[in-house]
Amino acid sequence: MMTAFLHSLPTLLAQAAISIPKTADYMRILPELVLSIFGMLIMVVDPLLDEESSHQSLGTIALIGTLAALASTFCMARYPGTAFYNMVRVEGFSVFFHFLVIAIAGVAVLSSFEYLKVQHIRAGEYYGLILFCTVGMCLMSSAIELVLIFIALEISSISTYVLAGFRRRDASSSEASLKYFLLGSFATAFFLYGVALMFGATGSTNIDAISQVLRSGNVPVLAYVATALMFVGLGFKVSSAPFHIWAPDVYEGAPAPVVGLMSTGPKAAAFAVLLRVMFEANAPGRFWLIWVSAALSMTLGNLGALVQDNVKRLLAYSSIAHAGYLLAAFAAQPELGASAAMFYTAAYAAMNVGAFAVVSHFANAGEKYVTLEDYAGLGRRSPVLAATFTFFLMSLIGIPITGGFFAKFYVLTAALNSNLVGLAIILVLNSAVGAYYYLRIIVMMYMREPRGEVPVTPVPTATGLAIAVCVLLTLYLGVLPGRVLDYAAHSAHQLVSDRSTPTAAAGFSTIVR
Amino acid sequence: MNMGSVNMESLSPIILSLVTFIPAVGGLLILLIPRRDRDIKLFAFAISMLAFVASLHLPVHLHRESGLFKFEIDKVWIATPNIHYHMGIDGISVWLVVLTTFLTPLCVLISWTSIHERVKEFFILLLILETALIGVFTSLDLFLFYFFWEATLIPMALLIGMYGHGRRVYAAVKYFLFTIIGSMFMLAAILWLYAKTGSFDFVVIQNAIRSGGVPGFETASLWLFLGFFIAFAVKVPLFPLHTWLPDAHVEAPTAGSVLLAGVLLKMGTYGLLRFDVGLFPEQAHRNAPWIMVLALIGIIYGALVSLVQPNMKKLIAYSSVSHLGFVVLGIFSFTTAGLNGAVFVMLAHGVATGGLFMLCGILYERRHTYEISEFGGLATPMPKYATFFLVTVLASVGLPLLNGFIGEFLVLSGAFQARPIYGILAATGVIWSAGYLLWMYQRVFFGQVKNEVNNTLPDINLREKAALWPIAVAALVMGVAPLVWLNAIDPVVQRYALAPFTQLASKVVGQ
Repeated sequence: MMTAFLHSLPTLLAQAAISIPKTADYMRILPELVLSIFGMLIMVVDPLLDEESSHQSLGTIALIGTLAALASTFCMARYPGTAFYNMVRVEGFSVFFHFLVIAIAGVAVLSSFEYLKVQHIRAGEYYGLILFCTVGMCLMSSAIELVLIFIALEISSISTYVLAGFRRRDASSSEASLKYFLLGSFATAFFLYGVALMFGATGSTNIDAISQVLRSGNVPVLAYVATALMFVGLGFKVSSAPFHIWAPDVYEGAPAPVVGLMSTGPKAAAFAVLLRVMFEANAPGRFWLIWVSAALSMTLGNLGALVQDNVKRLLAYSSIAHAGYLLAAFAAQPELGASAAMFYTAAYAAMNVGAFAVVSHFANAGEKYVTLEDYAGLGRRSPVLAATFTFFLMSLIGIPITGGFFAKFYVLTAALNSNLVGLAIILVLNSAVGAYYYLRIIVMMYMREPRGEVPVTPVPTATGLAIAVCVLLTLYLGVLPGRVLDYAAHSAHQLVSDRSTPTAAAGFSTIVR
Repeated sequence: MNMGSVNMESLSPIILSLVTFIPAVGGLLILLIPRRDRDIKLFAFAISMLAFVASLHLPVHLHRESGLFKFEIDKVWIATPNIHYHMGIDGISVWLVVLTTFLTPLCVLISWTSIHERVKEFFILLLILETALIGVFTSLDLFLFYFFWEATLIPMALLIGMYGHGRRVYAAVKYFLFTIIGSMFMLAAILWLYAKTGSFDFVVIQNAIRSGGVPGFETASLWLFLGFFIAFAVKVPLFPLHTWLPDAHVEAPTAGSVLLAGVLLKMGTYGLLRFDVGLFPEQAHRNAPWIMVLALIGIIYGALVSLVQPNMKKLIAYSSVSHLGFVVLGIFSFTTAGLNGAVFVMLAHGVATGGLFMLCGILYERRHTYEISEFGGLATPMPKYATFFLVTVLASVGLPLLNGFIGEFLVLSGAFQARPIYGILAATGVIWSAGYLLWMYQRVFFGQVKNEVNNTLPDINLREKAALWPIAVAALVMGVAPLVWLNAIDPVVQRYALAPFTQLASKVVGQ
């Protein structure tokens, strides 16, 4: 293997020397460039500012950075095709996930404004790391070269390891960071090992090339092992059972806005990679792997959440359960499953980031108020905040007019259309269990008397904006999901269709009846 | 006159959407009103009256419309999957819509002083609930139906949990969980139908099933039938899934109880009739025997439990289990009389039991208890109240010339036709109901005033009269001129529920 790679190295180098990347190539990674530049800008400006004023100005720079990146995603979308010697591909799929993760980062930045001030956290590296993490996530969604995917994965992971430990005065935060780091590195090692075996099995690390070998009929046994190993690594990132053990502790210890980010952003990016590896590369033997993991995640996540008294831990278990619902889509037929999964990541991001924005506002100095008891009577003390939180929880339950409803609905439809009746039943039963613990929070907020000592602080503009954006997006996905779903279906079709046939977009309207 | 009719016709495609969404839009507008309780109440009342007046357009002009479903509107809501904003009503659902819009203004009136805090939220929830309820009765797209069905859940749970009494949290959570678990099964069945037919449209699916164009339907139909059935049976509630109902009713605020008994339970029976019987007539017929037995158990069990209740509100709650048993019995008797009666009982029960809950609420506002033993001789200090109570009790008991009689009579005759023993057993339910309601009335109103406090209770005031008169009038009118309602109900019952069954029957007999 290694020798083969070394043999090809001179030719690769020769090619590189001849064809210098064109401008279009840079356009295809424009959002990543923009984010990196802003990230570095923050690091440079940070020492020049005193700590008091840095919160506001650095946060603003980070926000502008994410907005600029969003705008540059539009530019990127106008240059479909591969770049940098077939390492990156811009298509509907990657544009979708670019939008998603950058938007998540933007909202996370917004909800950090107040949080950093209240918790006395230095803003510099914090915002820088959020942007670098986003670079990694963006790259994960557009990379079609397994080695680059691995590098992107590491960029985003290492940033989140550090971000998890930002509440330096609190031991639980350091514990979260260390746990996340150790287990995370372990998991990425599995992924890397899987990549190596895949290279051994197919002779390439390029998804297209792998796909051609794997679709050709004679699938080497090694490819099965490789699929399993890569699934372990990615399963850790999306916190699906049985690789979910880290999630509750990390979510409990890490700063709340960071949890909002890392329970959605890296997860969405990891799901994007999973979609590429499983569907685009047509990984063999994936069905039962995913089926079992999906069923386990749903069940363990929901059962675990039932007994939690800490809201952050509860939402951690809920995110495990949601990873399970999402994985159920992966067991379905590729096209249906991929589009349902894409829609789900978007809806889940909107509602979960929103929920964590509320949690992080409410947590107050030192994250003192994060238990279920502290939410008692919130409906009386701050009705608007409670109403929005209820809305997010309704979405997490999957009640109509919220994005969460359609997300679950599409996954169920995809599963039933693929005759996965067993998995559909497990999903339905789990949703019923899930309804209970989300309802516990709603009950706490509205039907219990408030406790005197929990202070009520007015919602600052930035946090309010973050929450409003999430509410609007959740509502939009819940009332008019058509456009997003069409887009997802379209790019899912591109993703799974065989690259050798040029009529990629032709049969798109027949995907979902 | 001519001008008017032109306007009316141009109104017909949008009138259903108007009726459905006026309350919710009004509810959202309440958000903009500053926290002055009086303004909020007045506005909520105005909105609910507006919805009522608009909804009167429906029965008045129903006969002018053609087609299976009247005032139909069918627009694509979401292109993929194929979800339509498809609404339409027929002779059954039109009255349920009117029942909803009729009861809501009364709920606003009855809550005028009993809700003191979080007034804004209360009326917002009430109006959103109204929209969801109307939506359930007007949707013809299964997805849209499920959408509204679930949308009733949270407002009602919050109404119980935030404004209820005593064990309100327990009651709210129980209500929520029972309903959502039931409806999950329905969702699975709906999705299965969609996966096989490619449509959520009720009419399309019905035609596909009738023409045998659904692959795998033979084996799945029992499960589909049961999937829908569980969701509806929880809502009705059918024995043994009724246990959430007494808790929810007793703890709910008055307006919540009125809408719960008056309309929410009818979602279940309406669903049984429209979807379970409408889509799976063969399965409905095949499973009718045990469902009828459950209904009978409900009738008798509900009545017996009512008989021994010391709590007035719980007594009425269990009487609902009994009355709704009649509805289910009527539906699954598959006779013209039974089905007509079932729909009529739905409406009559909505009016009478809604009225009883309002009356209970009036008493609770004065004494803060529902215990029957706390009262006695109330007819002396509160004669007008006692009169209204008597009229409503008699309507509920089924006295001829009041609305309860017609429906129960038709259901009983239908049950006799189906199987005499069912009719005989169900008839005992009527006797029981006379027993527990009149006995309750006697203990509360007749005799000497035992409890000193009760001597000083004020009689009903103008606002309460305004809420009670419509109930009394409706009970009387429905009892005297039931044909106004039955004329609209009967053709639909004939066409939808019986036609497929008679085809089936002739097939069976032919062999």
